[in-house]
Amino acid sequence: MPIGEILPGAGALAVLQRNFGVWRKLLVPSMLGNFGDPLLYLLALGYGLGHFVGRMDGMPYITFIASGIVASSVMNTASFEGLYSAFTRMSAQHTYAAMLATPLRVSDILTGEVLWCAVKGLISAVAIIIVASFFGAIQGPWVFLALPVVLLAGLSFGGLALVMTALAKSYDFFMYYFTLAVTPMFLFCGVFYPLHSLPPFAQQLAQVLPLTHAVALLRPLLTGHLPHEVLYHMGVLLLYTLVAYVLAWRLFTRRLLR
Amino acid sequence: MASVVNPAFLELRVLHKRYGGREVLRGVDFAVAAGECFALVGPNGAGKSTTVRAIQGLTPTDGGEIRIGGRALAEMGRAARADMGVVPQTDNLDPDFTVQENLWTYGRYFGLPKALIRQRSAELLEFMALSDYAAQPIHSLSGGMQRRLTIARALINAPKLLLLDEPTTGLDPQARHLIWQRLRELRRQGTTLLLTTHYMDEAERLADRVGIIDHGRILAEDSPRGLIATHIPGDVVELRRVDGELPDPQDLHHQWVSVSERVGDTLICYGTDLSPLLMHFAEDPAYRWIQRPASLEDVFLRLTGRDLREESE
Repeated sequence: MPIGEILPGAGALAVLQRNFGVWRKLLVPSMLGNFGDPLLYLLALGYGLGHFVGRMDGMPYITFIASGIVASSVMNTASFEGLYSAFTRMSAQHTYAAMLATPLRVSDILTGEVLWCAVKGLISAVAIIIVASFFGAIQGPWVFLALPVVLLAGLSFGGLALVMTALAKSYDFFMYYFTLAVTPMFLFCGVFYPLHSLPPFAQQLAQVLPLTHAVALLRPLLTGHLPHEVLYHMGVLLLYTLVAYVLAWRLFTRRLLR
Repeated sequence: MASVVNPAFLELRVLHKRYGGREVLRGVDFAVAAGECFALVGPNGAGKSTTVRAIQGLTPTDGGEIRIGGRALAEMGRAARADMGVVPQTDNLDPDFTVQENLWTYGRYFGLPKALIRQRSAELLEFMALSDYAAQPIHSLSGGMQRRLTIARALINAPKLLLLDEPTTGLDPQARHLIWQRLRELRRQGTTLLLTTHYMDEAERLADRVGIIDHGRILAEDSPRGLIATHIPGDVVELRRVDGELPDPQDLHHQWVSVSERVGDTLICYGTDLSPLLMHFAEDPAYRWIQRPASLEDVFLRLTGRDLREESE
């Protein structure tokens, strides 16, 4: 395969536009999930649990947890889109087959899908930021800088999910990914408590996981501070995005162009 | 021959394709002239769909060459698909979109400008008798209407070559006839058509030429009439016994007909003069018989055999 085949073209935007068009049709239930779920989390954990926890890392627990929920929601939303929704398009609806009968290539489809995962992650992040602002749990001048970070995190989680989709024979396969990757990240990457409360080896292990870096960037930005080691955290997320893209491209090419 | 007068628009040269150890294409070789309708007929698993995928450049082949409009497909890459329309075997319309949104979305995949997409969509819905349903969701359409929409969608880029993989499978006769009319209309307008089918009547009605494919090879290739004339000259008599026993157990028919075969409870005889055979059996009350002209189906069954093909491609 020539290198040109792996680079996406303008067709990726047509794929992105298609997904956006479908999403717009299902706007109401989708938005309800985007706004409703974080509201429940903030109430239950921020107030319920927060009542006993008090302050964490120098801030009220609801403020601490709000930025964590933004990061984990980007992961969940982008992963779900790249797993279940993308698999439905590929196998149940044969949407990829329809696209490949046009000048679109695997790289255009894959890029459109990854971008859409990131956009969905962004939509969910913005919804949570709006809800949490009403609780005073999001503050400071750097909130807008969080948006490009959210997009980059969405690209990496979406890319990883699409690698799984390219390998999946059925929806059941995704349980492995959730149990072995998504849930551990949700619990051990600093969403609910600071990383330094983990034993040293676990802290090092957490450095390998992309959600750790999303949290490390988003928590300060959403609570009025500038993060440390920005290039390192962004670099890890970018690396995940690129490696996942190349891997997913190879796997989808093998699967779709048999 | 038509292909001498018209330069070949689509050429497949000794195409080979293996999946694992299984050879699905074993030297497929045929050419379609510009503006011609060519039907590829064959049983399930014969290699029809693989051939169609290869023409789109969607499956790497293990040998041979495909040329479209004189250019090698391998060099054209995805640009080849810009001038192609594809009606796939499995419907893959977007279920969340309306009829016209399906066309608009598909037009964008070709990078066409919005105004052109809108204009063509309206024309194509008119052409496929779907204008009244433009704003309807897909699930409100019948199977035949969904197929028509799939054909309209395949025409959004005004393709020079239209590939149809079993376009009328599963449709009722009314729906099939409407689709056939539209395909003939497209052919008159100059579109080159390649269709795969296992309906012989479809091939007979639509195709200028038919290629019979089995086990990854073209077994015969000619006009429907030419194929019948070459392989089964004359008429066909089917002979059955009322009681279900073997007809003509003493093989008396051999003295009157040279070509015959037994299929289950039926004796099938081929020939130009079958009257001596009928004189012997027609009056016998133990026998039921029919005499009919040879059809493409007879040619097909004689060339590909009568064993069942359960495997899917």
